[in-house]
Amino acid sequence: MGIRVEHLSKRFGDFVAVDDVSFEIRHGELAALLGPSGGGKSTILRVISGLEQADGGRVVLEGDRVDHLDASARNVGFVFQHYALFRHMSVARNIGFGLEVRKVPRAERDARVRELIGLLGLEGLEHRLPSQLSGGQRQRVAVARSLAPRPRILLLDEPFSAVDAQVREELRRWLRRLHDELHVTSVFVTHDQEEAFSVADRVFVIRHGRLEQAGTPLEILDTPKTEFIARFVGDVNVLDGSVHGSNLHWGALVVPTLGHANGSPVRVVIRAYDMKFWRADPGMAVVERVLPLGDRVKVEARMDGAGPLFAQFPRRSSLLRGIEPGARIHVEITTARVYAMPGRDSAGNPTANGTKRTP
Amino acid sequence: MSSSKAPSRYDWPLRRVALLLGVLAWLGLLLVVPLIAMAWHVLDLGLGQAWHEMAESGASQALWRSVWLAVLAVVVNGALGVLAAIVLVRHRFPGRRLLDWMVDLPLAVSPVMIGLAYILVFGRGGLLEPLLLGTGWKVTFAWPGLVLGTVFVTIPFTTREVGHVLRELGTTEEQAAATLGASTWKTFWKVTLPNIRHGLTYGATLTMARSLGEFGAVMVLGGAIAGKTDTATVFIYAAMESRFEAASYGMALVLAALTMALLAFLKALQPSSPEV
Repeated sequence: MGIRVEHLSKRFGDFVAVDDVSFEIRHGELAALLGPSGGGKSTILRVISGLEQADGGRVVLEGDRVDHLDASARNVGFVFQHYALFRHMSVARNIGFGLEVRKVPRAERDARVRELIGLLGLEGLEHRLPSQLSGGQRQRVAVARSLAPRPRILLLDEPFSAVDAQVREELRRWLRRLHDELHVTSVFVTHDQEEAFSVADRVFVIRHGRLEQAGTPLEILDTPKTEFIARFVGDVNVLDGSVHGSNLHWGALVVPTLGHANGSPVRVVIRAYDMKFWRADPGMAVVERVLPLGDRVKVEARMDGAGPLFAQFPRRSSLLRGIEPGARIHVEITTARVYAMPGRDSAGNPTANGTKRTP
Repeated sequence: MSSSKAPSRYDWPLRRVALLLGVLAWLGLLLVVPLIAMAWHVLDLGLGQAWHEMAESGASQALWRSVWLAVLAVVVNGALGVLAAIVLVRHRFPGRRLLDWMVDLPLAVSPVMIGLAYILVFGRGGLLEPLLLGTGWKVTFAWPGLVLGTVFVTIPFTTREVGHVLRELGTTEEQAAATLGASTWKTFWKVTLPNIRHGLTYGATLTMARSLGEFGAVMVLGGAIAGKTDTATVFIYAAMESRFEAASYGMALVLAALTMALLAFLKALQPSSPEV
């Protein structure tokens, strides 16, 4: 068992940062806490590490309760968003710090530092100061430093947000490879869904201090449990309306709304890639703009009598044939997800849980 | 100037030269000329004469007393200043703003007034007299009084300098040290202290320079007893009073050289420190 968190809660004054969160991360797993900024992800990480004291709940690391322990006694590796390297120490001394304070003999310490420098590809930088390194190098030193004392678990707080896009891509692949080599139970925090899905074994979506859904990247993508997650992961169209019979009518579009009562307000979420456009006269919509986005093309259209919607197609897709501004088109939805309007249940009645819970 | 853009008023060479000359004249009048005049005057009175008079009237004793006071002030305010800075910057407690405001008091309040106030507390018939009588300690008109006065006037320097640095540093390096297994104590010695060392040195040097130049508080609290409680500045004043002009100017020159050396040391230490 890796990390178990039970009924964790934490508030800062009147602000509820973490609200009764429980989850379990298996030994050797690489997990992501995903969610919008200010949603409590980092606070959960800091509580696990002991840098923050929880108001309630418990943290169990590899089978041991650690709530009574200081951060310095938990043996948890922590990688900070802005590196937090010791600016007056060389790379080698930064990496060896955790061993130095544990009074590990010099020879053993040097050997471990050399091992990590090799593992993280930092050869030749041993004597540099942090200020003489690039962003990506600093991040790798920070990871090496956190791994040196062989921590029980590794926690990374927005580890790649402070480096530019290209380096970030490289660091993601590198973190995944490193994890596959070391198998240390790891959790990283991110607000970038692509990062979570491309790196993690399992993703925990956190919002308003609560756990909204836990699952593999595919589970989260394919069966988003809440309307928020459906909107948060990927580019989506959001159509609001009321159920008529057992469908939502949006312009000429008809979306089945099984399980929602007649007349209740619903929100339909449609991914940009879950749609087909083709030329048809008279059709039901008109193409307004066609935007090339590298390997994909975004098509913005306007549904007659309803409003704008957009879709994305691969650049060379046959679906793009004849799609140009001003063209009349037919729209087909391949997958749509229907949710009760936030704040309402499926019968349209207000719920206590729809918005932020006040304890 | 024949540049294509519209000339700004700083492009006029005459104006720039006039401004530069004005600043130089002002600084020269206030700083350089008096120092040169002082050196000249000592030479004029005769180095031998100055040396003789200073030796006669216990100048070296007074100078050593000043140096010791400065060292003590650095040690006491160095340690307490770091502590106070950490408390003021890192902790939140009721009364923090008041305490923060009080740290600047010694800069604002005249040392002479402080000297008088201390006499009311530590002097004969003072609030603490019963306590002091019991221990046999004498504060006013004695060495402890000089120390107290000097320490008081130099409180702000290390506290402020270290405080600025701590505020800029933030706490993430200390948090990193904690997650790596370092205790609070180890974190302080291995992470915090090395990070604030420049601020601390800067504060300590200012403390030392200020201590050497302090007059009002040590005059009032020490009572200017020759050979017992006179410091370098008090010596200058007393020598002037007793018409040992050469001794007075000689000591002033020594003191000026000492403090300028300290400032030079400071500049050499922090070549990249921003100019005022």
